[in-house]
Amino acid sequence: MYNEVVMDHFKNPRNVGEIEDADGIGEVGNPLCGDMMTIYLKIKDERIEDIKFKTFGCGSAIAVSSMLTEIASGKTLEEAKNISNKDVANALEGLPKNKLHCSNLGADALHMAIQDYEDKKYGKSRSEPKDKEEHQHASGDNCYCPYCDVELGESATFCEACQRDLEEEH
Amino acid sequence: MLNLDHISSNPLLPEVKEVMIDAVQNDYHNPSSQHKAGEQAAEKIESAREAVARLINAKDPKEVVFTSCGTESVNHAIKGVAMANRDKGNHIITSNIEHNSVVRSLKRLKSQGFKLTSLPVDTNGQVDPGAVEEAITDKTILVSVMHSNNEIGTLQPIKEIGEITRKKKVVFHCDAVDSVGILPVDVQLLNADLLSLASNTYYGPTGVAGLYIRKGVKVFPLLEGGAQENNKRGGTENLIGIIGMGKAAELAFRDMDKRLEHLQNLKKHFLAELPKYIDEYLINTTPDRSLPNLISLSVKYIEGESVMLMLDEDDIGISTKSACASGSLRASHVLVSLGLSHADAQGTLVVSFGLDNTLQDIDRFLNSLKHTVETLRNMSPLYKKKA
Ligand code: FES
Repeated sequence: MYNEVVMDHFKNPRNVGEIEDADGIGEVGNPLCGDMMTIYLKIKDERIEDIKFKTFGCGSAIAVSSMLTEIASGKTLEEAKNISNKDVANALEGLPKNKLHCSNLGADALHMAIQDYEDKKYGKSRSEPKDKEEHQHASGDNCYCPYCDVELGESATFCEACQRDLEEEH
Repeated sequence: MLNLDHISSNPLLPEVKEVMIDAVQNDYHNPSSQHKAGEQAAEKIESAREAVARLINAKDPKEVVFTSCGTESVNHAIKGVAMANRDKGNHIITSNIEHNSVVRSLKRLKSQGFKLTSLPVDTNGQVDPGAVEEAITDKTILVSVMHSNNEIGTLQPIKEIGEITRKKKVVFHCDAVDSVGILPVDVQLLNADLLSLASNTYYGPTGVAGLYIRKGVKVFPLLEGGAQENNKRGGTENLIGIIGMGKAAELAFRDMDKRLEHLQNLKKHFLAELPKYIDEYLINTTPDRSLPNLISLSVKYIEGESVMLMLDEDDIGISTKSACASGSLRASHVLVSLGLSHADAQGTLVVSFGLDNTLQDIDRFLNSLKHTVETLRNMSPLYKKKA
């Protein structure tokens, strides 16, 4: 069902655990199946010095968490902000189609943890979590939800599968 | 692999294999052919029919129709009764925890104008026979309730429901696909008018199953064509499969008590040992009113697919009913009907035993489960270690 890279990260997950005095914590739930992921960050000189995760979810969710922590570890915050769900899925050399939505958990949790750190540091009021994401038409006519990758109807503004609003033009 | 997923399929018994291999080598004739070889093939089908009839105590073997799978059997029963009795009424009663073959067949009928009443179950998964009686109207043409549930193992009060449908003169279909051949199922005792069964439940081949249709019950065929199966199912018979199914039925009937005792011992051992290995779980099966070969347990704070994958690494096969492992990513309608919370449903494992399992197998599984649960709980944000 899963490829070797995914199975390796599932069987030997890197960076499992919590950071006691974390500088930033991000927690997200999977809107589709109800699973959860928490990311803990230790930041030094605007760089991710340590990163840990805890995940309640399927094999894919665990592998995604593990791979994400490996990619993000040692990155500057600016670099880490650019890590996308796709990057994680690509690093895992692909996930089954119906499991792509699990990879959304990873980057979202990381970005939330960075936001949490910045909010604490700069006292910024926590901005609303983005709830709209642009997405482009894949080649061909089919259109997929950017959150859960379920196929969408022509001009859907709402994904029935994960119950999220979408950008009108997609 | 240590197979603890017998609910998905069972290995063929050696005796069954033997008759099937012989059939592969020697039997290819069409049972409808009028030459001697054709007649011999037809005779083999009839003796398989007799064995299946005996297994469920059907009065006349002609009441047994061979189908291609349990799902076809259920579709045939439900759609066949609905189509044949449209002039009498359009109301059908069922339960909230039926197999998808029942659920989807009924959904189809609903879109064609039939009215459904789907009855709730209690926290053990049981339907209240009184609720069936109350739901029956003069438009009711069918009641369909399963004998045992394939996810949680609950046995329904079929005998009680059958008494009611008989009294009210409503046709009663029982999906007994996971029961027949595992524990005694007697269509006379249950007052079932139609009953679905499958060969691979009792160590026969897949791709062949059956539908019992009590004499006098009006059912239209699902597959129309030739006059096979006493005009109840057109299409050339799956001769080799039916021969295997007949042999398996004969053995299931002969060894019923012995097998039952073996399975019950495994289940007892499992339930007695489990608390020594893990804590914080729910057993979704009423042990004394459920299948002897199945346990559904929900392990808290972890998700079932990851448990299944880790056990697979230890070469142990089980199945899970977590939303993550389902194609639709939704919690199972059976678990939701029991009132299980979403998080608990996520950790639901189905462990099902078979004749080939031993007490040592159970211990090996429990050992592996213990490590798996520890590993996954250490990873889970929901789990707080008890001091
Ligand atoms: S976390 Fe539920 S499907 Fe991956």
